[in-house]
Amino acid sequence: MSNKPTPRVRVPANAKKDEIIEIKTLISHEMESGQRRSADGKTIPRKIIHTFTAAFNGKVFFEATWHPSVSANPYQSMFFRASQSGEFAFSWKDDDGSVYESKAKLTVA
Amino acid sequence: MAQRAAQTRRETLIAGMASFAAAAIAPSLAFADAAAVEAEIKKLYGDKKAEAGKIKLDVPQIAENGLVVPINVEVESPMTAADHVKSVHVFADGNPLPGIVSYKFTPESGRAAASARMRLAQTQNIVCIAEMADGKLFTAKSEVKVTIGGCGG
Amino acid sequence: MVSRREFIQAGLAGSALLAGSGLGSIGRLAAQQRLSEAELLRFEPLGNVTLIHVTDLHAQLVPIYFREPSINLGVGEAKGLVPHITGKDFLSHYKIPAGSPMAYALTSEDFAALARNYGRMGGFDRIARVVKSIRAERGDRCLLLDGGDTWTNSWTSLQTKAADVVEAMNLLKPDAMTGHWEFTLGADRVKEITDSLAFPFLAQNVRESEFEDRVFEPQKMFERGGVKVAVIGQAYPYTGIANPRWMFPKWTFSLKDDDVQKEVDAARAAGAQLVVLLSHNGFDIDRKMAGRVKGIDVILTAHTHDALPEAVQVGKTLLVATGSHGKFVSRLDLDVDKSGVKGFRYRLIPIFSDAITPDAEMAALVKKVRAPFEADLGRVLGKTDGLLYRRGNFQGSLDDVFTDAMLQVRDAEIALSPGVRWGASLIPGQDITFEDVTNACAMTYPNCYRTSMKGSQLKAILEDIGDNIFNPDPYAQGGGDMVRLGGLTFTVDPYQTSGRRISNLKLARNGQALDAGRDYTVAGWASINQGTEGPPIWDVVSTYLQQKKVITPRPLDAVKVVGAG
Repeated sequence: MSNKPTPRVRVPANAKKDEIIEIKTLISHEMESGQRRSADGKTIPRKIIHTFTAAFNGKVFFEATWHPSVSANPYQSMFFRASQSGEFAFSWKDDDGSVYESKAKLTVA
Repeated sequence: MAQRAAQTRRETLIAGMASFAAAAIAPSLAFADAAAVEAEIKKLYGDKKAEAGKIKLDVPQIAENGLVVPINVEVESPMTAADHVKSVHVFADGNPLPGIVSYKFTPESGRAAASARMRLAQTQNIVCIAEMADGKLFTAKSEVKVTIGGCGG
Repeated sequence: MVSRREFIQAGLAGSALLAGSGLGSIGRLAAQQRLSEAELLRFEPLGNVTLIHVTDLHAQLVPIYFREPSINLGVGEAKGLVPHITGKDFLSHYKIPAGSPMAYALTSEDFAALARNYGRMGGFDRIARVVKSIRAERGDRCLLLDGGDTWTNSWTSLQTKAADVVEAMNLLKPDAMTGHWEFTLGADRVKEITDSLAFPFLAQNVRESEFEDRVFEPQKMFERGGVKVAVIGQAYPYTGIANPRWMFPKWTFSLKDDDVQKEVDAARAAGAQLVVLLSHNGFDIDRKMAGRVKGIDVILTAHTHDALPEAVQVGKTLLVATGSHGKFVSRLDLDVDKSGVKGFRYRLIPIFSDAITPDAEMAALVKKVRAPFEADLGRVLGKTDGLLYRRGNFQGSLDDVFTDAMLQVRDAEIALSPGVRWGASLIPGQDITFEDVTNACAMTYPNCYRTSMKGSQLKAILEDIGDNIFNPDPYAQGGGDMVRLGGLTFTVDPYQTSGRRISNLKLARNGQALDAGRDYTVAGWASINQGTEGPPIWDVVSTYLQQKKVITPRPLDAVKVVGAG
């Protein structure tokens, strides 16, 4: 679990103009809640991804704030109205300051 | 990953049939309650009233796995510049902390709908509140049962 | 529409003859002479589609005794409704004469005596005979549908990883199936089998857990008798709770009206004139779903093992309940035209093994698959003086054998045995063989653990399981009957709310109240936790039976039920 979190995104490569498409994302991450104790009784410090953003051509269209109750390997789906061709940028912000990113192109016919 | 989840669970489990999801949480920590959820909502919106309706809150009636409970929220809205859902906040009244997720939507979202997965320590209510572009609030609530399971059928 | 009751009564005319001679006093030979195959199969055909339903066979290839429950309480909206009426109330509800073949097949009344007259029920060779006979009569109008819980819970199935049952079912040629206990073979084995089947395994509510991709086909369209028939599969929605999720960790199950509605709408859009839900939800969930999902014509129910001699109508939806263990085959004839179902005729066909001729081809196959295990299966471990059975909301006499065995062989203070609905019965005087034991416990997670639990944990477990059975909302119910207990007595009020049903917990040996803070040594089996250690339960029970030699069932007074009136 010390591996670098890896995002996976499922987004259609093509869409018709004004089609509403579903985007599904997953990222490998333990989402340590800060609520658990280790065998020696010490509280395991919180380390979660706290923010997820989805942007298209540089403009954020969806943002999620995640609290410690979000499951490990967090999943997030959302929708997007396809208006023009361009590029999605998804980002996940970790408590430790890391930012994980994934990009995907969309062609609108 | 499923392997690891099982492992973590097993370490903390009561042997035999029992497998309280709550056991994964340090026992001395307090749990939130309905009042804590109300307080969170009050922090956001003061005394402003929320109406029932518009929100479709889709959670299982019994959680298959307390560590991974799917939650889908959809708010009815045309999602235009003038009339759209601005935000949705989701709370639980039986976890150590009341917050689950908060979403910000835009007209480009097309649909004010999103799915995520959450941990639930015990049987409890999920409460969500949606704020529309005109400032109106809507709310919905649903109980999820977290069970020890077993005993086949 | 033809009245179902009139038809059932006509079909049972022969049985009325038996009633006058008193409960069980008629001789076996005389009883069998009155039970002719022709009478059992008699059916005035109707319409252009015939649905044949088998379900919850639990891998019982050969005929068995199976006593229906005497206690099967309904809660919430189901209170007082079928299938939650039993015994004499059931007989009077359906106007079935006491002592008749259908009284024996459908209730617990006078079971041991009637079992001597009417004999064992079920058997794949008899089922094959009935299915072939219906197919011979109805030709291309037939659809044979298997509701699941087919592949597991016999010794031969366990030893062959269900290859025996799968081979036998392939010979029966179902058109589709769905499942529940099948998943306890593990995801890889389930996929291996389903990929090899000549018919689809349908399950619209099983998805891969990461991106929610489908694992199985959700539905299939058939054309029968010129009618487009859509069959939608609904696996047991709480498989991941009731059974070990670690055996299928990448699959997730759900119970969602919206998802079923989408499938129904898709079927209608594709031209379906008849929409069938091949369901393993359990009867009460199906009854609720029938009222919430629009456009299902027929729900073939399963899971809860209910056998009902008439179809139940909820709005325009017909619910069929075919029982379990091969005791029955359902035949539902439907008259369907472009505008939908115009009429139906239904019969729950009882599979009296002494009256129905075995199908030779299936009999040979069953013999072949059992041959390598015959020595084990036939091994006599003891004998019973009385009737041994499990099915019912609370502890049965067969459960006492299991909990007593665990207390003694595992040297425990308290024993827990799962309230599964399967497990054949034994009649007084019967030898108890290894096959009889394994028919009540053959499963892929059989380890009999021995552990320590606090009194408070035991109470919490009982309350949790109690809510899974008696929650007034069927969608919030999961699993089987109440957990069986050894060494502990209690009072249960099914109509109380969660956490308040169980009281008066006492140790059976001394009447002392269960101490919430004390640790007790507890033995149990069928834990859903991975890595559970201990000998397989059949070894524990075999050891006990060999020591005990003769089982004399005692009164079942460990559980006191209150508030049920």
